Amino acid sequence: MRSMTMRSSRRRPKYFSHITLIILCFIVGFPMVFSIIKSTQNLGQIMAYPPNLMFGDRLIENYSAAWNSNNFVRLMGNTILVAVCVTLGKTITSMLAATAFVYFRFPLRSFLFIFVILTLMMPTDILVVALYRLMGDLGWTNQFQALVAPFLASATGTLLFRQHFMNIPSELADAAQIDGAGPLQYLRNVLIPLSWNVIGALGMIQFIGVWNQYLWPLLIINDNQRQLVQVALKGITINALDQGNWGVALAAAVIASIPPLIVFLVLQESFLRGFALTRDK
Amino acid sequence: MQAVFHNRWLPFVLLLPTLVVLVLFLYYPIISTFELSFFRAAPNGIDLTFVGLANYQRLLDPQIQQTEAGTFVVRNAYVLVVGRSLLFSGAIVIGGLSASLGVAMLANQNLRGGRIYRTLLIWPYAISPAIIGVIFLFMFNPVVGVINYAWNGIFGTRPLWLGDPILTPLLIVIASIWKNLGYNVIFYLSGLQNINTDLLEAASIDGANAWVRFRRIIFPSLSPITFFLLITNLTYSFFDVFGTIDILSGPGPANSTSVLIYNLYRDLQINHNTGMAATQSVMLFVLVAGITVLQFRTTERRVTYNA
Repeated sequence: MRSMTMRSSRRRPKYFSHITLIILCFIVGFPMVFSIIKSTQNLGQIMAYPPNLMFGDRLIENYSAAWNSNNFVRLMGNTILVAVCVTLGKTITSMLAATAFVYFRFPLRSFLFIFVILTLMMPTDILVVALYRLMGDLGWTNQFQALVAPFLASATGTLLFRQHFMNIPSELADAAQIDGAGPLQYLRNVLIPLSWNVIGALGMIQFIGVWNQYLWPLLIINDNQRQLVQVALKGITINALDQGNWGVALAAAVIASIPPLIVFLVLQESFLRGFALTRDK
Repeated sequence: MQAVFHNRWLPFVLLLPTLVVLVLFLYYPIISTFELSFFRAAPNGIDLTFVGLANYQRLLDPQIQQTEAGTFVVRNAYVLVVGRSLLFSGAIVIGGLSASLGVAMLANQNLRGGRIYRTLLIWPYAISPAIIGVIFLFMFNPVVGVINYAWNGIFGTRPLWLGDPILTPLLIVIASIWKNLGYNVIFYLSGLQNINTDLLEAASIDGANAWVRFRRIIFPSLSPITFFLLITNLTYSFFDVFGTIDILSGPGPANSTSVLIYNLYRDLQINHNTGMAATQSVMLFVLVAGITVLQFRTTERRVTYNA
C-alpha cells in the first residue's frame, strides 16, 4: 500500500485528495447533519423556503418532547436491553460451540458442523410466518423472550470463532495440557484473552443487527410499551407529521441512532482487526 | 491441526445451547414453513385447510392472456413482484458496490487524518434502516425538503420523490446504498491494503497506466471480496430494505416499492393469508439457499488459499 500511495502522491498534490475526501465525507454525512440541524428548529424554520440550514432555537423543546413522547425512554431501554442480551448470548453460545468443534473429537462432529452452517440459509425474515405461530404456541407473543430467544445462536459467530481458534498456535493448548489445565480453564485463561478483537467484531455486528431488525418485532410485538424503538419510530413520525412537528420526529430519530453509533465508534478498531483487516493475512 | 482435549461429554455440553436454539427457532420453523405452504388459512388467520400445491399454483401461474391487440401479457402479480425485487436488488448491489469501491480507492491513501476520514465514511453502517426511512422521508419531502430546493435551482422542476412509480423505488435504492456504503468500504479498504504492491510497481515500470493497473491487477485481486460483498449485499437488498420501505413509502405509488419481503408481510399481516405468506417464504428460502451455496463455495476457496 505504501508504495502505491507514494506514487499517486507524486502524480497529484495531496491537497487534491484531501478536498475529494472532505467532499465525500460531507455527502455521506449530509443526511444525518441535516436531521440534526432540522431537529433543533421550530416549525417556521423547518418550513422556511429557501430551506434554513442554521441551527434553530428549539433544541431543548424538541428533544424533550421526543424524549417524553410515546414511552420513548421505555422504547430505548427495550432496544438496548434486547441488543445487550442478544449480543452477549450469541457471543457466548458461538464461542462455546467453536471450542467444541476445534478442541474436541466426538461422534457426529462433521455432521453437527454442517448442521450449524446450514442455518446461514435461514434468515429470520423467511421464518417469520412459522415463528409467529410458534411464539403463539409458547405463549411468547408480545413477550421480551420473543425478541431474544430466537437469536441466541449464531452460525456466523461459530464460524468466526472457529477460524480464529484454528489460527492460534497449538503449542499453547499442548502446554496447557502439560500443566494440567482443563479445556474450560484453557478457554478462560488463554482463548478469551486472545479473542478480544473477534469478540469486539462480533459484538458490533450483533448489537447493530438488533438495531437493524424491523419485520420480526413489528409482527410479534403489538404492545407499544414493549416495542423496539426503531419500529415505534414509524408511529412517532406519523404523529409528528399530523401535528406538523417534524422537529420532534427528527429528534427522536437522532436519539435512537446514538446507542448503535457509540457501539460502532468504540468497537470499529476491533472490528477492523478482528474481522475485515485480518481476513487475508 | 489443533491439540485435542479428551472428554466424552463436554463437547456436547458446549454445543447444547447452540443446538437447542437452532433446532427450536430455525430448523423447526423452516420445516413448519414448508408445511404451512400446503394450507390455506381461514379469514381469522388460525384455522387451516389442506390445499396441496394450490398456493404454489396461485403464486406462479403466469395467467397469460391475449389482449385485443393480439399480444400476450402476464397477469400474475407475483411475477411482477419478483421482477421488481430483482431490479431493486440489482440496482442496490451494483450501485452500492461501485460506489463503495470508488470511495475505498480514494480513501486508501496514506494521508494525514486517514483514520478520521475512514470513520467519517463508514459510520452510516450503524444507522438502522427504519431511521434512514425517517430521515429520507424528510429530506426528500417535495415541499420543504432540501433536495427539491437544490433540484429546483439546478433543473427547474420539483419531482414528486414519494409519489412517482419510478422516483420512489429509486429513492429507496439510494437510501439503501447509503446505509450499506460503510460496510462495503470497510471490506474494500482491507482488500486494497492486501494487494501485492510489487506487482503494481512492476506494472507501473512496464508502462501500465492507472486504468490498466485497475483492470488487470486491482480489480482481479479484489474479486474474492467483491464476491463476498455481492452475496451479503444481495441478502441485505432482499430483507433489510423492509424497514426503510415500510416507513418511507409503504407499497409505493402503483405498488412500485412492493418487493418480495413487503408482499409477504402484506399477505401475512393485512390479508391474514398464512398459507400464501408461507409459500412466499419457501420461494425466498430457495433464493437464499442458492445464494448461500455460492457463498460457502467461495469462502471455502479463500480459506484454502489462506492456509
